[in-house]
Amino acid sequence: MSEWKNLIVEGLWKNNPALVQLLGLCPLLAVTATLVNGLGLGLATTLVLVGSNITVSLVRTIVRNEIRIPVFVMVIAAFVTIVQLLMNAFIYDLYLTLGIFIPLIVTNCAIIGRAEAYASKNPVLPAALDGAMMGAGFTVVLVILGGMREILGSGSLLAGADRLFGPIAANWTISLYTTEHPFLLAILPPGAFLGMGLLIAVKNIIDAKLATHQQPAEKTVTRIRVTSES
Amino acid sequence: MKLTLSSSPHLHSHRDTSQIMRWVMIAMIPGLTSQIYFFGWGVVVQLLLATVTALITEAGILALRKKNIERHLSDYSAVLTACLLAVSIPPTLPWWMTIIGAFFAIAIVKQLYGGLGYNLFNPAMVAYVVLLISFPAAMTQWAPAAQGGTTMSFTDSAFLIFTGFTQSGMDSTQLTNLVDGVTSATPLDYVKTGLTQSLTYTELLSSDLFRNSGPFQSSAVGWAWVSIAYLLGGLLLLQRRVISWHIPGSMVLSVLIFSSSLYLLDGDRFASPLFHLINGSVLFGAFFIATDPVSASTTPKGRVIFGVLIGFWIIVIRNFGGYPDAVAFAVIIMNMAVPLIDYYTRPRTYGHKKGKV
Repeated sequence: MSEWKNLIVEGLWKNNPALVQLLGLCPLLAVTATLVNGLGLGLATTLVLVGSNITVSLVRTIVRNEIRIPVFVMVIAAFVTIVQLLMNAFIYDLYLTLGIFIPLIVTNCAIIGRAEAYASKNPVLPAALDGAMMGAGFTVVLVILGGMREILGSGSLLAGADRLFGPIAANWTISLYTTEHPFLLAILPPGAFLGMGLLIAVKNIIDAKLATHQQPAEKTVTRIRVTSES
Repeated sequence: MKLTLSSSPHLHSHRDTSQIMRWVMIAMIPGLTSQIYFFGWGVVVQLLLATVTALITEAGILALRKKNIERHLSDYSAVLTACLLAVSIPPTLPWWMTIIGAFFAIAIVKQLYGGLGYNLFNPAMVAYVVLLISFPAAMTQWAPAAQGGTTMSFTDSAFLIFTGFTQSGMDSTQLTNLVDGVTSATPLDYVKTGLTQSLTYTELLSSDLFRNSGPFQSSAVGWAWVSIAYLLGGLLLLQRRVISWHIPGSMVLSVLIFSSSLYLLDGDRFASPLFHLINGSVLFGAFFIATDPVSASTTPKGRVIFGVLIGFWIIVIRNFGGYPDAVAFAVIIMNMAVPLIDYYTRPRTYGHKKGKV
């Protein structure tokens, strides 16, 4: 069981693809202008991750080592195509909003990274869980960053939720404040980088706090003899 | 007799950081006075607002970083940053934008990089750019340089900044229209818009904005006087040896050279060198912004390269970019190049052969 727990902690926190590995930054920074866009891309990435991890794990014994990377890329591309077609069919508005960033999931290093580092060396179930947890970790960061930028940049939250959840979500949008002068920086790419930097900083602060709580620093006093008496 | 042994350098300037910062602020007085004269008391309100925000932010972050608050605050660097920001922004800017700007300058641009001496970028200019790209409408709304002095009282300016309305209930757009009908405020902005509408530079110069029947009649003349006042302050800094001639000299010269070459190429599509020099913040930037000892190049040769390239970018962005003025962008671009410039222009160390690092 500890292996499973370990996978969850790794994906969501310790080895978070966005905050620690810093993988997949291009979609992360490009689509997180609103929370819903972030969530949509996060879910799509998670689906691809789980699918590719399962498939790679299934074929790991047949695929020769020399050609593994092309095989992984083909597997990932196949899943991205599936996800793209599904989104085109069922959530067309979000599909239009995310645009080029859906096919670009193929190039998300986090996915091939997990296929190479974990799925190709482990059985199916752990590989699936690893994919799901890495995807969840990525999605959480996308959602938080998207939420931050949406609140600062347009003063709303969950704008366009109906694109992802259908007509029932049409009035989910929370309008926090209205202003003549929205803080455009948050919506623009520099805002994404600043927000990302701040999130990483917050994670590092929490990690540092956790480290001091778990291991109270051992008091090792090394005294240097300065005189012959003391 | 007591002989003391100390390590080099044995000869050092008797100025500390706070004295340099204070000299820069003293040198800003002529420019500041002219700005108050032409643009009203709003400048002073912004100055106070930015300074208070900068000091509070600096103190807060120093406390978080467990540094000596009193010692770091008394080096006046935060105050200077606030002053530089306050004179760059429109005097009628809403109060919370000024606060965002000053907070950003100190917290993100200065303290997150490690405080004074470690910041890669000029804090005031990054804050200015952040405000400009975040609130383009408010940041380009300069009231016209009023004829013969201020038309708004101090309380009216404060009311306008804090509530968006003067005491008599007019907002800034109405005011701008009232004074002399020029809404697109700065001459730079006006000429840039006109040129994109395929008017020629000569045609634009004959507009109301530039019509001039007395020394203080038109808005453009007001801007020129502000620039000249900052030039005077800058010369004082040079005379006091607070800054060296390398950066301002090369920057002004390069603005003149690049703008004259464009002007000679096509005098209808590009503004004259003199127009580029006295409008916008070229002179202010050359003496007060680009010379920031932390974020500018440190070697003499490097400073010349730094200044020349800032001038180059100013002319390129002003003529071919989207924004009317470009000093802040140019300075930030060149701030990024400073480590490289410094690396390649390291002076020869005494006793070492040239070319060997």
